[in-house]
Amino acid sequence: MNARRISLTALRGLLIKETYHILRDRRTLVVITLLPILQVILFGYAIRTDVRRVRLAIVDPTPDHTTLALRARFAATDAFHVVAVVAEAADLDPMFKRGMAQEAVVFDPSFAQSLGRGLPARVLVITDATEPNAGSIAQSYALSVIDGYERELRAASSAIRSREIVVPGALIVPEVRMQFNPTRESSNLFVPGLMAFVLTIISSLMTAISLTREKETGTMEALLVSPLRPWQIIVGKVAPYLVVGFLSVLGVIVEARVIFHVPVHGSATLLLGEGLLFILVSLSLGILISAQTTSQRVAMFAALVGTMLPTLLLSGFIFPLESMPWALQAISYIVPARWFVTVARGIMLKGIGLAYLWRETMVLAAMALVLLVLSTRSFHERLE
Amino acid sequence: MTRALEAEGVAIIARDLTRRFGTFTACDRISFDVRAGEVFGFLGANGAGKTTAIRMLTGLLLPTSGQATVAGHDVYTESEAIKRHIGYMSQRFSLYEDLTVTENVRLYGGIYDLDNRQIRDRTAAMLSRLGLTRAARDLVRDIPLGWRQKLAFSVALLHEPRIVFLDEPTSGVDPITRRQFWELIYEAASSGTTVFVTTHYMDEAEYCDRISIMVAGRIGAIGTPSELKQQFGAHSIDDVFVRLARPVQESPRP
Repeated sequence: MNARRISLTALRGLLIKETYHILRDRRTLVVITLLPILQVILFGYAIRTDVRRVRLAIVDPTPDHTTLALRARFAATDAFHVVAVVAEAADLDPMFKRGMAQEAVVFDPSFAQSLGRGLPARVLVITDATEPNAGSIAQSYALSVIDGYERELRAASSAIRSREIVVPGALIVPEVRMQFNPTRESSNLFVPGLMAFVLTIISSLMTAISLTREKETGTMEALLVSPLRPWQIIVGKVAPYLVVGFLSVLGVIVEARVIFHVPVHGSATLLLGEGLLFILVSLSLGILISAQTTSQRVAMFAALVGTMLPTLLLSGFIFPLESMPWALQAISYIVPARWFVTVARGIMLKGIGLAYLWRETMVLAAMALVLLVLSTRSFHERLE
Repeated sequence: MTRALEAEGVAIIARDLTRRFGTFTACDRISFDVRAGEVFGFLGANGAGKTTAIRMLTGLLLPTSGQATVAGHDVYTESEAIKRHIGYMSQRFSLYEDLTVTENVRLYGGIYDLDNRQIRDRTAAMLSRLGLTRAARDLVRDIPLGWRQKLAFSVALLHEPRIVFLDEPTSGVDPITRRQFWELIYEAASSGTTVFVTTHYMDEAEYCDRISIMVAGRIGAIGTPSELKQQFGAHSIDDVFVRLARPVQESPRP
């Protein structure tokens, strides 16, 4: 009873002290709260490259004023750069292979005729999906141009309909095909991965640096000689940074929604909670790193390498895990971001909840626990 | 046995205390007593094993063999109790530079389980004794080094420990501040605190009630400064130190 009181008073002191550290180091505070948001913008746009001026080939076997009108629309938008207009679909293949064209719009030979008769007019959009992300964006651009044209036609025809009776069916029926990579990936898939990426780096850095700083200045020695227990020192470090991390998660989610229009189909509260759990794992990783090192520089380097590369390569964030050799897949199981990316994508894009994500959540919780126990142990080992 | 000695006024007992790191023996069967309320100087060249000995006595490092009790508590089994009864100040500065004077005192007061009132009263008393009342709200990084050193010492004494360990507390401090610092040490000793201090400065050794000199992991000599001078036929502790250290050190002091 008495011992519990002791630990709580001491712990409160530690928490207050750490809060002062964070608040007084304004520059670092600004960096650690704004950096994730800036990084997401930077990476987000870096990954969304080349959606401007998509090289477009048009196959128009039977030019007519309707196909010309649609072609003019493609030419007018900044998103496309019409590189060729040919008469036969067979001409497309070499263009795709040489990379001359990234996308093609193929009019059905009876396009104009069908449209004139009020029958469905067919048009095919073929997209080079070697870059799945850029590919799917280019595809949706093309569809929206076609869609816009169709709506205009509809408006015109209903204006006519009010005077004479015409029967308008579906006017234009676009079909899509992905060249080279038939499963299309949405750009949305990147943002959850990006969240994992920036949050894990910043969190592990925060604790790794702040603990090794105490080792360098000598205050750690004073704490170790005091009656404080290792777990108190660790909780005193982790808890305040958890708050900072929470602000980062919040910022990044809002940013994903506002700037990148990534929806949150599932529960936002769950997403925040999972984000917090993931941050806890990263903070604990930082603690473990700092328990093994003595200088801030080494700790910083270890935290960067230990989080950045695995998260970039083995989380499924950019490179699909399914196509990796089994050895790398096996390693990916110990990368926390791998689990968080699944969780974040599940909640944001599929709208699923804990019923489907409990396994990933358990893994993350277990990782946090193991890392915290290991770091407490390595504090004890200093005493042996 | 040890508890009886404690009752007789012994603060630290070390018997054949040994610590090996692999094949290297940092502390080789050292034995000594430190009496309650005395200023005990723990001397030795760099690498002679002083720091290892201090780390064992403060509960930071387990001995390989031998016995030791600190404030009546066993270093193997009661390190938590030891930590509650000792104060510690290292050569490396142990206050937080980005906290104010008061905040540092509060933090350490909380760590050592003082209640708010005790902290408030002792802080006020300490600051007025040090003449630092006006600097109470200043960040520690903004006050002069000498003051910081004295403040760190007072913070180490805040929870009124039975024994305070000072690991080269005056290294890098100007002579006047060193003098003032030693006045604080005497003040603490006269109020009953046992002071265990390591130092590089041989003139400081003369200020101690008793000293021990470690040479290559062993205790080469122990006694009051005058006893040691007599024993070695030396004029100063500096001489004693050089005579003791010469046979083992490859190159004598320049």
